[in-house]
Amino acid sequence: MIDLLATQIALPDLITFVVSAIAIVLGALGVILMRNPVHSALMMILTLFAVAVLFVEQNAQFLAAVQVIVYAGAIVVLFLFVIMLLGVDKKEDLRKEKLRGQRPLAIFAVVVIFAEILTLSRGTWATGAHGTVLSTTSHSSNVVQLAQSIFTTYLLPFEATSVLLIIAVIGAVVLVRQSDQKPLEKDAAVFQTELTSESEAK
Amino acid sequence: MGADPLFSHGITLTVLLIVVIKVVVAFAALLVSVLLMIWFERKLISDMQNRIGPNRAGPFGILQTLADGIKLFFKEDLIPDSADRAVFKIAPYLSLIPAFLVFTIVPVGGIVHIFGHTTELQVADPPMGILFLLAMSSISVYGVTLAGWGSGSKYPLLGGVRATAQMISYEAAMGLSIAAVVLITGSLSTRDIVTSQIGTYLGFIPKWNIIRLGVVPFVIFLAAITAEMNRPPFDLVEAESELVGGFHTEYSSLRFALFYLAEFMNTVTMSAIIVTLFFGGASGPTLFGPTWIWPIIWFLIKTGVFLFFYVWVRAALPRLRYDQLMSLGWKVLIPASLAWFLIIAAMQVSTYLGFGVFVLVLILATLLSRAGDVGRLGDRVRFGQPTNHGKEVE
Repeated sequence: MIDLLATQIALPDLITFVVSAIAIVLGALGVILMRNPVHSALMMILTLFAVAVLFVEQNAQFLAAVQVIVYAGAIVVLFLFVIMLLGVDKKEDLRKEKLRGQRPLAIFAVVVIFAEILTLSRGTWATGAHGTVLSTTSHSSNVVQLAQSIFTTYLLPFEATSVLLIIAVIGAVVLVRQSDQKPLEKDAAVFQTELTSESEAK
Repeated sequence: MGADPLFSHGITLTVLLIVVIKVVVAFAALLVSVLLMIWFERKLISDMQNRIGPNRAGPFGILQTLADGIKLFFKEDLIPDSADRAVFKIAPYLSLIPAFLVFTIVPVGGIVHIFGHTTELQVADPPMGILFLLAMSSISVYGVTLAGWGSGSKYPLLGGVRATAQMISYEAAMGLSIAAVVLITGSLSTRDIVTSQIGTYLGFIPKWNIIRLGVVPFVIFLAAITAEMNRPPFDLVEAESELVGGFHTEYSSLRFALFYLAEFMNTVTMSAIIVTLFFGGASGPTLFGPTWIWPIIWFLIKTGVFLFFYVWVRAALPRLRYDQLMSLGWKVLIPASLAWFLIIAAMQVSTYLGFGVFVLVLILATLLSRAGDVGRLGDRVRFGQPTNHGKEVE
């Protein structure tokens, strides 16, 4: 706290940050501590919203809007949808480990990821020099700057991501279709005659 | 680019005061318009159904909504035993607050000078502008969904599940039709969207987006937004013939009133959004008198037309079946908006390319629909269903 004040952050910024930081941490704790999955999902929305507030605070308005639209508006809604369809009555015994050595591995993974985040936030190799992509002094708006950097400097990663998403969609469709039984050869023959008779009828 | 000139000289106490005044006035105006809208809808529906409608409270029954509100306020507030109390209580607010927040980005008038400051007649003009509409409409899903789930009863749950699927499906089409508007405006700010529509073709055809974009994105947006609001003919969420009252079956008293308020607030707000996006928003010729008042008058007239339209649709169209709703959303609106977006993007480059893409889209759509027919026929054969032998395949 004293450090923050020492670096001369404006008071409104500080208040916004503290309030949303508290909301983020509370929400994150709520997600894992709540007994009811629906309540956990709601807590997750709280966290996502507070992160969006921080984005606005950092002048990343577009990112804030996308955060709310995609994460709070679509992903968590789908979580809720699944929870509602499956019902929340099932109780699982948390003391039993499904995989042997699950807990120590989880702790190890958390430590690794945390260390990775700490390293990446200081390094520049993953995303370029940090904080210089969007300049706050430029006159063009945040959206314009973001669009320019996505469609010029980072075009290839952007396109690669969109290809990845398409693959995911097609994969989902294929997985669903595979549960159908494949047409037998006899059916295929019937299908062929139906097709021809139908086209003749036209 | 999407910023209120009010804040350009730093934030003083006067600026703060102006902002507070704007928020209060917007909120009050919206509440009053909701009161009038409920009365207007009931009266108009009555006329269309050849009956009288509310006519006791006040002249022409105009105070009926107020009377209903007071009645609901004093009713007993029931919470079912099986309800999830916290979720049950929070749900009405989750549907009301986004409905109001969307209104904050609607430009209701031009630019005015007040207390020595210049300001836009809208509560907020964020650079993300119209994206805020998408964000808020995706939040309003929660109000309905959580009300359905939190009630702890079967019919509301069915309504809630329907709401989730319906609103998510139509959000995509809505976003894509908004993208078409953003594409020709070149900005996300609602103020820029309105100012880009000023002017006329040939001196008398207004340069509204509905004309500049062709009518298709407007129709898609209208359908998608009606589904988002759960207004008829897309009100499957509260289909009374199937689900009793849908998501608000278990609600009573003030909480029910909040849902009702949210629904009508959404109708007013979305009419205003349609006017902003496709009909030039708060712009129009100044006839006489002070110049600042005419944009507001034009805005009110245009919005009123759409309020009438919504009531009319409710009286005229039957409710869709659920599978019809889903196939309309996924198989018609989303592909159509994608294809039209492609055409508009090509038109931005050159007219020839635009028409070329248009022809290409037509050919591909025909091929695709033929492929769909063949696929469906194959499914019917495979699963032993009747195949409309010798008849036209749907």
